[in-house]
Amino acid sequence: MSFVIVQVIVGGLLLGAVYALFSSGLTLVWGMMNIVNFAHGDFVMLGMYAAFVVFTLFGVGPLGGVPFATLLLAALGVAVYFALIRDIMKGPMLAQILGTFGLALLLRYSVFWWFGADFLSLPQNIVGGTLAFWGLRIEAARLLAGIVALLVTLALHLLLTRTALGSRMLAVAEDPTAAQLMGIRPDSMQAIAWAIAAGATGLAGALIATFFYIVPTVGETLGIVAFVTVSLGGFGSVPGALVAGLLIGVIEQLSGYLIGAVYKDIVVYGLFLSFLWFRPQGLMGKNS
Amino acid sequence: MSMSGKLMMRRLIGPATLLAILLAYPLVFATPFQQRLGALVLLYAIAASSWNIVGGYAGQVSVGHVVYFGCGAYAAMGAYAHFGVSPLLGLPAGIVLAVGIAAIVGVPTLRLSGHYFSMATIAVAELIRLVVTNTDYLGAAVGLSGPTVPRTIFDLSFISALPYYYLFLIVLAITLLITWWMTNSRMGYYLRAIKDSERAASSLGAPASRVKLYAFMLSAGLTSVAGALYAMMFGFVDPDSGLGLLISVKILIMAALGGAGLLFGPLVGAAILVPLEEISNSLLGGKGAGLTFVVYGAIIVLIARFQPGGILTLIKRQAERRARSSAKERPALATGAGHAP
Repeated sequence: MSFVIVQVIVGGLLLGAVYALFSSGLTLVWGMMNIVNFAHGDFVMLGMYAAFVVFTLFGVGPLGGVPFATLLLAALGVAVYFALIRDIMKGPMLAQILGTFGLALLLRYSVFWWFGADFLSLPQNIVGGTLAFWGLRIEAARLLAGIVALLVTLALHLLLTRTALGSRMLAVAEDPTAAQLMGIRPDSMQAIAWAIAAGATGLAGALIATFFYIVPTVGETLGIVAFVTVSLGGFGSVPGALVAGLLIGVIEQLSGYLIGAVYKDIVVYGLFLSFLWFRPQGLMGKNS
Repeated sequence: MSMSGKLMMRRLIGPATLLAILLAYPLVFATPFQQRLGALVLLYAIAASSWNIVGGYAGQVSVGHVVYFGCGAYAAMGAYAHFGVSPLLGLPAGIVLAVGIAAIVGVPTLRLSGHYFSMATIAVAELIRLVVTNTDYLGAAVGLSGPTVPRTIFDLSFISALPYYYLFLIVLAITLLITWWMTNSRMGYYLRAIKDSERAASSLGAPASRVKLYAFMLSAGLTSVAGALYAMMFGFVDPDSGLGLLISVKILIMAALGGAGLLFGPLVGAAILVPLEEISNSLLGGKGAGLTFVVYGAIIVLIARFQPGGILTLIKRQAERRARSSAKERPALATGAGHAP
């Protein structure tokens, strides 16, 4: 009994690392431009379909699907920034919400129209079978996804805190006008942020596609997971997103195991609301 | 006296013409498809106009209004399914339920600003949809049905769409009158001030949180009426048709396309989007549903990017520009007249 719980917790941590990866993208854009991307979950969904298409066309697994999805989504992120975000950022609140919400519908139902509403999936053993560690049985696909997601999230954190590019982005987040006076172009920094944020969703999507069901509306659920993660971890914080993502992965898997699969989303949504209502600055955020 | 009377007359010409057109529509376009289309336009206009009170006038963009729509729909069908009475008797219960939920949800949620408020409303709506989908009393995933054969006229179950059309027209007129009355009351002025800057409004003594809550409750109550009417017309409600996120989105888009915060904006939006959806569904069948929402998405992105004020704002601005340019052509005449005596 307790052994099964350990197994469930490990599964939650591995899934949580992927949540952390795509939520880092949401938190980055939010922290830098103060804009919420309501299409974020649908970006992940696109990453999943990209991996699926690569497999059906070329028979290549995550080795081809992951880089393809990452580059495709990064390009989409830059396009979305220049075509839409740059203008609605300065607009009224209603325009900001409508803009990204409309984008979500556009992406979700284009995929629905093209691929249909059927549940798709990649072959079960695309990464390898089930591995056993000290009696713990873990699917290789989940292990790969969890470890890669964890490493990339950490790398993203280092990129933002330890490199010149990260400092420039931080400067733009702090004060775009002042940054511009220092010779930094806010426009290019923000476009890079969108490339990174969307690229992270593509990467995460291609990773979970190896063991998750693929359906056009999956972005709705994953988008809410990203919102929960960001609100728990504090808006704009990548380490916060990492801790929160792992926590939510574990909570979701545990409640699914202990209460029943249909209630795991109820628990996650309830958690989200209680955080928004009682502690909007997140678990680790400061009072402001 | 006669001057203000004349002004009043001029201001009433527009609404009176609109009313005449709406009254005549189902008699001129009398096929069942056209009458049903008209009824649906009015129904969505009721829901979008109700949303407009909190989303347009108060500037609090709720993406979870389907909750209140669902309150009305479930109360109406529940009245029949559980108590065997007319769905009409469920309507007041739905209003009470919606206003109650809005009060409970509104107190903590309206404190959140901007995006946070929108996200919280989505989460509330999805949470309630999941709970209802797992509640047998509310029909779980299958939903609840109304009377299949009308027992009396009070079951409001008609085969023709015509009675629904005029019923919806009356409810829409009442909704718009309430909205109009609200915007011209003290509450309307408070709401406009809060929308511009909540901090400034509160510092000048506007009871911001109380006024926002009242607007939210009023909006929720009216939305539940739309939900009850919807369920009566279709004869059933299930988690998708009564609590699905897409209903919230449709309501919001109609208001925004026509013009959020304008009295007739939601009606204009509904008059464009409902026919678009119905026609594409009847042309393309089930597969068309996907394409319809692709077009919906594209329209919203375009409004947000190019015309956040909606179509009516665009028309108004153009009319003003025309008036200004025609005024510019006449200044010689006007000054000449002024100097004459």
